[in-house]
Amino acid sequence: MAKIKYIEYNGKEHVVEVQNGLTVMEGAVQNDIPGIDADCGGGMSCATCHVYVKEDWYDKLPKKDMGEDDMLDQAYEPKAKSRLSCQIMVSDDLDGLTVHMPEKQV
Amino acid sequence: MIKTDVVIVGAGPTGLFCAHQLGIIGLKCEIVDNLDKIGGQCIELYPDKPIYDIPAVPECTGEELTNNLIEQIKPFKFNFHLNDRVQELTNENDNWVVKTTNGKEFHTPNVVIAGGVGSFEPRKFPTKSAEKFDGTSVLYSIKDKTIFKDKSVAIFGGGDSALDWAIELSNTSKVSLIHRREEFRGAPSSVQKIKELSEKNIINLFTKYSIKDVKGNGSLEEVEIKSEEGESKILKADYVLGFFGLIMQLGPIAEWGLNLDKKAIPVNTENFETNKKGIFAIGDICTYPGKLKLILSGFHEGALAARGCFKYARPNEKYRFEFTTASNTIKDRLGVK
Repeated sequence: MAKIKYIEYNGKEHVVEVQNGLTVMEGAVQNDIPGIDADCGGGMSCATCHVYVKEDWYDKLPKKDMGEDDMLDQAYEPKAKSRLSCQIMVSDDLDGLTVHMPEKQV
Repeated sequence: MIKTDVVIVGAGPTGLFCAHQLGIIGLKCEIVDNLDKIGGQCIELYPDKPIYDIPAVPECTGEELTNNLIEQIKPFKFNFHLNDRVQELTNENDNWVVKTTNGKEFHTPNVVIAGGVGSFEPRKFPTKSAEKFDGTSVLYSIKDKTIFKDKSVAIFGGGDSALDWAIELSNTSKVSLIHRREEFRGAPSSVQKIKELSEKNIINLFTKYSIKDVKGNGSLEEVEIKSEEGESKILKADYVLGFFGLIMQLGPIAEWGLNLDKKAIPVNTENFETNKKGIFAIGDICTYPGKLKLILSGFHEGALAARGCFKYARPNEKYRFEFTTASNTIKDRLGVK
């Protein structure tokens, strides 16, 4: 279980407890947190669950799989610390993670 | 005006197999898709990627699956309306009037929406100033490459479209290629070629840069690019091209008065009809308890929706269930002995 903070583009914060084994994307979708669309349902084939992760946390997360950066090229305003939230698996180690949502997903 | 039993919106695997099921039970249909080719996501997103969960097909690519589905519905000679999009749905005396962007009009008792997550549209620049030049000097696809001759062209993107056009246009234009990271996702041979052209100063290559602004008085004059660290550069540009892949937009479907749950259309699981009589939704775009976004689920949904269509297309006939192995009527429809 990890407490994850989702911050919308307008600054609104949502803190939820997400079960281990779910993804950061699922944590948002299941708790009706706006700002993450996840059109493809977590298949790394749409880039609509894009989030920004702050430097300190970015380096702690499991590394990106092949293909995630290719998808991120097609996201809205990707930056160096962009991730697809469907590719971040929640575990106890992620307790306290903060992700920022982009202005929009599509 | 075209009269038909069913209009299918979307020519992906789900729409194609639904067409097959309609053909088997003796109904006619017309298929509309806004891409320029048949196959939907299978062709647009993963033509070369293997799929492992089609029943009785251990492995096939998106392209192979599409080709087989096209082959399977050939006997029915259904019409495809590609590069066109269903824009408007209105009800007239229990019939649906379906109007497309290209001005086609269908009259039909049934519409099957097999639209995936909506229609594919190019992802555009996030920069507000780019909108002013959209379609004139800020472009997301190329129809006539001769307009770029002897001009300065700034190309954004790191996939095959961006690389291929950068290479091609560098023959006759001054090309800058801008990408947000060092790695490109295009074919290795194209990446190699780009590096060579950059070393020979034929192409100006800027990696780890993205667009900041476009400027021009009347016509486009320059594009400003920025690095992650905030450093910016100004490039002369008569044209700015963006190749960031395609995004899926629900588009006009949202305007048809259908119930929506996020971006999906709730349906019953008996015949996949929506809240509107005669409008069915199948495949990724529909939702119901337990919905799986699998191609095989789309096939099942299409088969049941086809039977749902029969009721409205042939109100005075009773649908009779038959097996393709045993029915002579079906064999006639398939043109086999």
